[in-house]
Amino acid sequence: MSLRDNPLGELRVPLTWTAGIVFIVVLIASVAILLSDRREAFDTDASGNPRTMTDKVMAPVGDALSTPGRLTGQGVDGVRGYFFAVSENRRLRAELENMRQWRDVAIALRDTNERYRTILGLKTDPPIPMATARIVTDSRGPFANSRLANAGSEKGIKPGNPVMSENGLVGRIVGVTEGVSRVLLLTDPASRTPVMIDRTNARAILTGDGGPNPKLEYLRGQDPVKSGDLVLTSGDGGVLPRGLPVGVAVKGLDGRWRVVLASDKAAVDFVRILLFEDFTQVADTRKLLHTTPPPPTPGASTLPPPAPAAPAPTTSPAAGSTATTPGPAAGAPATPQPKVNPPAQPAAKTTTPQPKAATPPAKTATPQPKAAATPPAKAPATPAVKTPAPKAPAPKAATPPAGAAP
Amino acid sequence: MSSGGARPLAPWRWLGVPMLQVMAVTFLFALPMRFWGLSLPEPVFAMPLAFAWAVIRPSMLAPLAIMITGVFLDFLWGSPTGFWAVCLLLPYGIVLGARSILAGQGRAVMWAWYAASTALAIGAGYLFTMLDTQNAPNPASVGWQFLATVVLYPFADRLIDRFEDADVRFR
Repeated sequence: MSLRDNPLGELRVPLTWTAGIVFIVVLIASVAILLSDRREAFDTDASGNPRTMTDKVMAPVGDALSTPGRLTGQGVDGVRGYFFAVSENRRLRAELENMRQWRDVAIALRDTNERYRTILGLKTDPPIPMATARIVTDSRGPFANSRLANAGSEKGIKPGNPVMSENGLVGRIVGVTEGVSRVLLLTDPASRTPVMIDRTNARAILTGDGGPNPKLEYLRGQDPVKSGDLVLTSGDGGVLPRGLPVGVAVKGLDGRWRVVLASDKAAVDFVRILLFEDFTQVADTRKLLHTTPPPPTPGASTLPPPAPAAPAPTTSPAAGSTATTPGPAAGAPATPQPKVNPPAQPAAKTTTPQPKAATPPAKTATPQPKAAATPPAKAPATPAVKTPAPKAPAPKAATPPAGAAP
Repeated sequence: MSSGGARPLAPWRWLGVPMLQVMAVTFLFALPMRFWGLSLPEPVFAMPLAFAWAVIRPSMLAPLAIMITGVFLDFLWGSPTGFWAVCLLLPYGIVLGARSILAGQGRAVMWAWYAASTALAIGAGYLFTMLDTQNAPNPASVGWQFLATVVLYPFADRLIDRFEDADVRFR
């Protein structure tokens, strides 16, 4: 039977055209879906958002499928630990010896900071509660970098919460439903994180690009960063707490400053989700809008005088200038004075050992003064994280004696 | 000629089963596993499907299957919904239009066409990401994903070999 005699051959053109039309319709529908999707507008309502629903389905599947790999890894680690126990023990002893010096420095710094806070009347941030979760899926492509963690709204997790591994910041939560939350990694092209250089306090925006090392953008000043500088979260904008370790600055092959992420030191399997709420989340903006302003302070220099009667229809220029221009005598008593604690409180602390006295004995591994501020910032899990030490006095207080410097 | 040759190809055989296989493999590669400190690559396993389906025959269901696969990738990988659907449909349409040119070509030429269609898909993704995030993705990461996807052509070739002549109307 020849092709010409094939009765179904006539169906070829109509089917091709129909397939083409269907293709165009599906392409238009896909473009419409793409244009209507906005990743930054994540809806946390599980019933209203298909993405959170699929996350809810995929998380237990990923958890179950990754169990064999996780158990195998734990087994390999166990065998490796057995064979390398002696060298590991030696390394840990040396590390412990070094850490003891840091502990003494930290105790001295904590004491100094407490005194400063008491004297200045500083209001410190409350400790941050945390939730622990396991990573169950991981996307690593150039266009999207996110992970699913098997803890969700039932643990109080909200979009925006920072996520950390044991080594450093991993990302932040962008989607939550019951039992699962999606973590946007620092390397995602949509990720922007306000950071600072620990050495110079220079601010920058850490911008992901789908690669392993995100970029430092909007760096200002002359030589604000050097290779090897520690990069921390700056806390600017209130989205993330200040002082979370992010990584180390390096110069990229493209000439840009990039960050080798601290969280890349080891596989990220378990994460800590900091239930951090910035001011915009804590404050009830609706209540703030409807709050009646407090009555003006009598005699305040920056406020107009209280109107005892109805305002006069005509006001002389002299009267107006009197109302807006405060006199020195009137301004003095209204100036808010810093709340000074009774002198007995600092005096009672005089027996506290001075930082210099608490400086660890001279050893070759004595930390540098600048680095002394690092340990408090590196411990976000503890309440001490939320009370970052003042940068200027801390290093000075922890400065070891000149002879102790390596 | 037997009447069995004129029987249309069952969609679940050349569309449904490969689509589910691709979803499963993609999910497995998205598990957080590291080998000797290195994580698995992330190739676009759906790319061989988009290429092979266009070569095998025109179909009304294939674009829908590509769209479903793309949306699945978006939900799994966290990209904007519709992102991978558009990125996969674009090379599908090009290859579908050039189907008559591709007929009878050797494996090397077909591989080159597959590489070009992969470049189109990933290039579209690069452009969409740049427009969406105001930020250019890392060219090295894009290159790695391109290479990891290009080496998947044997899967597309196997699918084409298996189903290209299965429907007598499109020989």
